[in-house]
Amino acid sequence: MNIEEEVQQLKEAIMDMAELTISQMKKAKDAYLANDSELAQEIIHNEKRVNAIELSIDRDCENIFALLNPVASDLRFVISALKINSDLERIGDYADGIADYVVDLTEKLDPSLVKETKIEEMFNIAISMLGDIAIALKEDNVKLARKVYQKDSELNKININASKIITEYINNNPKTVRQSLFMFSVIRKIERTGDHIKNIAEDLIFYVEAKVLRHKKMKK
Amino acid sequence: MSESQSESSFKIEAKNIDVFYGEKQVLKDVNMPIEGNTVTALIGPSGCGKSTFLRLFNRMNDYIDVFHKKGEILIDGKDIYRKKTNVEELRKSVGMVFQKPNPFPKSIYDNIAYGLRIQGINKKSLLDEIVEKSIRQAALWDEVKDNLKKSALALSGGQQQRLCIARTLAVEPSVILMDEPASALDPISTAKIEELIQELKEQYTILIVTHNMQQAGRISDKTGFFYMGDLVEFDETQQIFTNPKNERTENYISGRFG
Repeated sequence: MNIEEEVQQLKEAIMDMAELTISQMKKAKDAYLANDSELAQEIIHNEKRVNAIELSIDRDCENIFALLNPVASDLRFVISALKINSDLERIGDYADGIADYVVDLTEKLDPSLVKETKIEEMFNIAISMLGDIAIALKEDNVKLARKVYQKDSELNKININASKIITEYINNNPKTVRQSLFMFSVIRKIERTGDHIKNIAEDLIFYVEAKVLRHKKMKK
Repeated sequence: MSESQSESSFKIEAKNIDVFYGEKQVLKDVNMPIEGNTVTALIGPSGCGKSTFLRLFNRMNDYIDVFHKKGEILIDGKDIYRKKTNVEELRKSVGMVFQKPNPFPKSIYDNIAYGLRIQGINKKSLLDEIVEKSIRQAALWDEVKDNLKKSALALSGGQQQRLCIARTLAVEPSVILMDEPASALDPISTAKIEELIQELKEQYTILIVTHNMQQAGRISDKTGFFYMGDLVEFDETQQIFTNPKNERTENYISGRFG
């Protein structure tokens, strides 16, 4: 085993994981908005692959720690890879969870609710954050990684407004409680997706710059 | 000058050290201040100058005809290369442990007592006391106390190395130089030596040359990385192994060149 090769392979595995997660989240968006249960089934099926890659990356990290004693930037990379891996897996879980709702929900979404909650915009922001972070990971690009912070605050804004909008909608349309609650959950999942992407950005910055950003308040 | 020397808080200081073997310069303007009761690891590829640097502190390089140096080596604020230095006295206060254990072909007891007898200590009770104390300090006592008459050569490699450390301690040095003291030992003996180094730090200032990066990480407070005669980086060991400032240091400690 050679540390340089192993680190490179680990990086490629993380990239694969990121690609798969992006594809899962894109499909989750399409399946949810179009109430396409066939596509949802595909997501649920692919979730097994996400989990398998996660386990394989964990194992690779463990082997590198045990056999190659990584130090300095290698060490920071392997630590970051472990954490990024787990964040990506969680994002995969959210896509899977959204797919479950699609399978459960038989009625069509009310287009006015979709429009007012801005859920499609949320999906788009989260997917574009995932795209940014994937490129940032590939290029060790901390500037691009930092871009996700701004996009994440947009997600948070939409999330906060959505709870008001949905409460009002339920009051006016008591027969659609089920789809409203599901939508509220989906919005929460997208909001959490943003948080995990932010974690990934922090880990990338730690790896590249050896700075710990977590638990520090970001300056406005 | 003498005022400024007494103000120094460092046990050892290498100042602007250049070393030449004939025409060839093997150390280039090396500066290293070392605090007392610390372990300093010297690392770097073979031929980088780290052993030459170590051997400056007990003037071992003096035996090499073509050796000459510029700069100062201060121990307790005094330049050990000044004319009036008594080299024999210096080597009592700066002990050395080598890569291969090198006990005398004598009994365990006599290995320790040898240096003391040379100093004129012949009183049996005093010798007994120092021998026991030194062997205890070197964490060897329980293994040899019942048979101090046994030949030192009958001990295992790890025990021999701890005996050599005991022999060094017997003459009460304040600095101990170690040149890869565990490289010829198995992992358990290595662990014992490393544990011992940690204990000895309480009373001594230790400089150790090692090729084992993990060993440097485990036992040292500060690490100096040498490359082709330059002290490339000298910093807290934790800093060196998590986030070195110099790319060459990073490449070396991560095994990318060597």
